[in-house]
Amino acid sequence: MPLAKRIIPCLDVDKGRVVKGIRFKSLRNVGDPVELGIYYSSEGADELVFLDISASFEGRTTMIDLARRVAENITIPFTVGGGIRSIEDARKLLMNGADKISINTLAVKKPETIRKLALEFGSQCVVVAIDAKRNYTLNSKAKIFIDENGRPFWFEVYIYGGRVPTGIDAIWWARKVEELGAGEILLTSIDRDGTGLGYDLTLIKGVVETVNIPVIASGGAGKPEHILEAFKVGADAALAASIFHYGRYRIREIKEFLRKAGVRVRL
Amino acid sequence: MKIYVANTGVGNLYSLLTALRKLGCEVLVSLSQRDINEADGVILPGVGSFDSALKRLEKVKQKLIEKVTSGTPLLGICLGYQLLFEASEEGSSKGLSIFKGRVIKLPSTVKVPHIGWNTLENIKPSPITEGIKNGSYVYFVHSYYPQPTEQITIAETYYGVWFPSIAGKNSIFGVQFHPERSGQVGLRILSNFLKVVKR
Repeated sequence: MPLAKRIIPCLDVDKGRVVKGIRFKSLRNVGDPVELGIYYSSEGADELVFLDISASFEGRTTMIDLARRVAENITIPFTVGGGIRSIEDARKLLMNGADKISINTLAVKKPETIRKLALEFGSQCVVVAIDAKRNYTLNSKAKIFIDENGRPFWFEVYIYGGRVPTGIDAIWWARKVEELGAGEILLTSIDRDGTGLGYDLTLIKGVVETVNIPVIASGGAGKPEHILEAFKVGADAALAASIFHYGRYRIREIKEFLRKAGVRVRL
Repeated sequence: MKIYVANTGVGNLYSLLTALRKLGCEVLVSLSQRDINEADGVILPGVGSFDSALKRLEKVKQKLIEKVTSGTPLLGICLGYQLLFEASEEGSSKGLSIFKGRVIKLPSTVKVPHIGWNTLENIKPSPITEGIKNGSYVYFVHSYYPQPTEQITIAETYYGVWFPSIAGKNSIFGVQFHPERSGQVGLRILSNFLKVVKR
């Protein structure tokens, strides 16, 4: 019997408010993170992710107060990410109630941080977020995929909230972060994020086949079928924002759909 | 009601303390023998590794063992549950040896650590499982699991192997999952433990 697949609403936070970016731009405010967290928890969310979307870019400090307030009010696990620049930042979040921290830019710039965090706090609380985008300018070192139209491409890792390309192959990087001790990978498709067109299944499959740690699919969920597709190609959890925030689908409704389709979910 | 929570140092105690306070407990978090003396119940949390947690507990280890073997209820959570056994493949330290058996690594046929929601099965009647049905989901985060050599299993979970996700004898209990992170089911298990403390 496989582990229950997880549904994870993601709350992008900017200046203390939840926002959701359309392809990381043009933000629209949808509410208070703690209240929304309580609501999702009561609706049957398996976990929550709070991402400080501005922090990494603007160099703002992280969301310690938010972690504390969330921890006081919900009884499911949650991850905090965005703008974590040091082990000290991570420690503060974990000591204030975050169950896991998610790092992206820091992991790319100082990969050893992953190992240090895993040694100090355990792999289980170290999530490495990988933001990947299809790149059609071929790179001989990267794993090559073929798209729907027969064109070859590879997945490039982006940092600083999806703004800065790194030249790093996402598939290689996924394997590397596992070696360094990451407990989970939060895998976002920049191409699909905010589009509602479905997850980038090629990306998910590519990473799932490469690593043995859990992979959270992110970027593009627009309807329950998309979540089912992600699970079918091996994702362990599905993260989504807009489809929940705008009330298009309720979590329970999605889980019932998944259960009928034969997926083990917590209901 | 005073609950002593051993301060094993590393890791996240905050949500556990919040949950206990919400359930009406006065919580003492320390490594002080005096606090242990005053407590009505003891919780051994645990994130980190087998050896590092036991090293932190060195000063109060004997006191803790005396306290619980003389009848004060104890709940070990996650690593804190594993510490109750004699030894672990994760380290070389001697465990608290309150439960007989040792702690071993999850099989390589499954993704390790076991992170996520899984079910409690084959639940036996016990004060700690009152109101909890087979198939209830709880939240796990661990790479090792205990293999008792005495009859203490109260509930089991399957993850590549069946392991005792809840165990107990007398008023000493251990849970492999995180009740403070397991929604309503977890809160019920914590309050069941507090009921044992109250008795």
